[in-house]
Amino acid sequence: MRAGLTRRFAVGLGAVGLLAAAIGPGTAQDNKKVLKVVMHSGLRITDPIITTAYIARNHGYMIYDTLFATDERFEIKPQMLKEYSVSDDKLTYTFTLRDGLKFHDGAPVTPEDCIASIQRWGKRDGMGQKLMEYTAALKAVDGKTFTLTLKQPYGLVLASLGKPSSNVPFVMPKRIAETPADKNVPEEIGSGPFRFVKAEFQPGLKAVYEKNPDYVPRSEPPSWLAGGKVVKLDRVEWINIPDYQTAVNALVAGEIDYIEQPPHDFLAILKKSPGIVINNYNKLGFSGMVRMNWLNPPFDNPKIRQAVLMAVNQQDYLDAQIGDPDYMTPCMALFICDTPNATDAGAPMKPDLAKAKQLLKEGGYDGRAIVIMQPTDLAIVAPLAPVTAQALRGIGMKVDLQSMDWQTLVGRRAKQDPVDQGGWNIFHTTWANADLLNPIANVGVNGKGKVGGWFGWAEDAEIETLRDAYARETDPAKQKEIAAAVQKRAYDMGFYYPTGQYAAPLAVRSNLTGILPGPAPVFWNIEKK
Amino acid sequence: MGRFVAGRLAATLPVMGVVAVIVFALLRLAPGDPAAILAGDAASPEQIVAIRARLGLDEPMIRQFAGWIWRLLHGDLGTSIISNQPVLRLIGDRIEPTLALATTTILFAVAVAVPLGVIAAWRHGTWIDRGVMAFSVIGFSVPVFVLGYLWIFGAAMQLRLLPVQGYVSITQGFGPFIERLVLPTLTLSVIYIALIARTTRASVLEVLGEDYIRTARAKGLAEPRVLTRHALRNAAVPVISVIGLGITLLISGVVVTESVFNLPGLGRLTVDAVLARDYPVIQGVILLFSGLYVLINLGIDLAYLIFDPRIRY
Repeated sequence: MRAGLTRRFAVGLGAVGLLAAAIGPGTAQDNKKVLKVVMHSGLRITDPIITTAYIARNHGYMIYDTLFATDERFEIKPQMLKEYSVSDDKLTYTFTLRDGLKFHDGAPVTPEDCIASIQRWGKRDGMGQKLMEYTAALKAVDGKTFTLTLKQPYGLVLASLGKPSSNVPFVMPKRIAETPADKNVPEEIGSGPFRFVKAEFQPGLKAVYEKNPDYVPRSEPPSWLAGGKVVKLDRVEWINIPDYQTAVNALVAGEIDYIEQPPHDFLAILKKSPGIVINNYNKLGFSGMVRMNWLNPPFDNPKIRQAVLMAVNQQDYLDAQIGDPDYMTPCMALFICDTPNATDAGAPMKPDLAKAKQLLKEGGYDGRAIVIMQPTDLAIVAPLAPVTAQALRGIGMKVDLQSMDWQTLVGRRAKQDPVDQGGWNIFHTTWANADLLNPIANVGVNGKGKVGGWFGWAEDAEIETLRDAYARETDPAKQKEIAAAVQKRAYDMGFYYPTGQYAAPLAVRSNLTGILPGPAPVFWNIEKK
Repeated sequence: MGRFVAGRLAATLPVMGVVAVIVFALLRLAPGDPAAILAGDAASPEQIVAIRARLGLDEPMIRQFAGWIWRLLHGDLGTSIISNQPVLRLIGDRIEPTLALATTTILFAVAVAVPLGVIAAWRHGTWIDRGVMAFSVIGFSVPVFVLGYLWIFGAAMQLRLLPVQGYVSITQGFGPFIERLVLPTLTLSVIYIALIARTTRASVLEVLGEDYIRTARAKGLAEPRVLTRHALRNAAVPVISVIGLGITLLISGVVVTESVFNLPGLGRLTVDAVLARDYPVIQGVILLFSGLYVLINLGIDLAYLIFDPRIRY
């Protein structure tokens, strides 16, 4: 009997093994025209205008097209446009759509669609709002042409319409673009190189795109987000794998083809894995930010903010956050190194603890605890807060480091209340550098304060005057001078501290070719051999 | 018994009502703002306020609650704040992987654990018994994610027997469906095998000392018949209770396994919704769980009748 039971048990276990063996090995996707991708996050919000989330922006580049686009030389090139012209008084821009533009529902793209899309975007995006402040009228001229008339010359018309990152002025059908700007769009219809397969959309899990057979690419070669968007795949599946260890295993096993942002800890392993290539497609990269709350003491005092800027050290942040010198670059340029507005103007080039302590004393720091919010669930942001906390303790400040999830942080940072009523003193965040390239796009140098300002509510009339001057200036050389003045003022007043630039490369199977460099991951031009 | 079942089903309503009130209140008291999450990092406070108003989140809590209950009574669980999808559809999309994993896990666990527990009790004090007990301790102690990674490393990465991750619906074929469930099932079942085997062993051990077992043996019944017909059947009530508890835990508590193996189940839906403060989704899922708990407990109570005729309702 004993032997019989044991035998039956062994047979049972064996059956499971046989079942596994009979089923066979994990099958990689057979179809070479299907790309399986793990993006940095699951797609949940499909409206790239209501949110600035990068995953929604990336979704936008799949299904929508843009009037203009930024190329690798930071030049703004026509994308949906055949041509455009500017009147001699620089007040009227005339845009003509190119032939063959069609939405995924079959309707042709019209000037009315473009105008409605610009208007909706202009209610949400910082550069869009600024453009709308200067805009007198947007009018359709004929079936292909529309005009934008300004109240006064404005230097950022093309830079705004061709901005590469959130919020991107994607063109939607008028009936969809008329959705209120604070409400999700009801449909995902664009005129871009891919179509959204709504039937297969599982929010947070899976988003599927198929090639848009009606898309007519430009004839120019692709360059960043400009040029011909030639799709060489039938289908792209974004699969959200929440556990990066699993995602990396799946990539190595050939079950997926592409991971957008594997954590830096995994890059060394992936580099050694056969069949895997690390691709640093986004040379602009990303940056971190230390943001102080100007409404609450002690950071309502510029001397105390200055003391913080003197106490912290960019290298410490990069070491804690990234660790691998191959993927991090110290940079004090608020408008990003190696870009047209890059400058060191006003930057504290190295920590000066003695000066920081002196500034604290002059500022009358009263020993109150500084509430620093630390989002422990966001691996790329979580290491920043302890570095700030230690630097502040180093100059004699008392710190209350409060751990929370990112969503709690984003809810709490919107509060303008005093610290003892749920307010805060410092938070950290990260940005795609494409969002920080000039004083209008970079919300960190917004000086509008409690009304119209960004979290932390920095208020400074002088910087606003400079930002307006930058927006009006049409000469790039003069724009650069003004950008330097903005940066100097931002450092002098302690708007924020940049924690350094870092790369977040892709990990892909080696049979993928044609991955385009650029400030956002795009899927045209990619081939799977 | 019909009155008992009807009464228990009727009791589901007040239970779910209490759950609804508590969940609604707790969510509104928790920190976080779905409007801020929806708006993204670069949004201004004014934009967040506008979105909050658009979503009705600035209305008095009692009015929000009344609106939710009214829609609920009309069979509408609401719409996700974040993804703009009906909650019912989200739950419908996610329930199959959860039920599939729960079913394979509990079937496999029972198939392995009950014989193990019976054998351990039968061979009490021998190396088999000690082996089963040692396995149980290990099964309780090793975290699920460690087991998951070990299975992936061994069976998927080294031997290439099975895929690393993912889920394929049974509608796309039984082979691919079961292929994706083998490793998660093996991973998740360990703790349930340990739990059920220990309970079975203790329960059977107690029964084996009863007079009727001695009588059964004395009248010449074969040992397998004594164990299955007399010992196990009389030891079944606590075992069924543990299995029932296991099912409820499996339905709501498999988020780690779902994450490690990338299974799109209800556990991940719940965690994602909590992280995004997606109130309608959290409320819908928890209501569903509470209803399922009541039904599973009812099922367990009815199962007692089969194994113990002395029980009457």
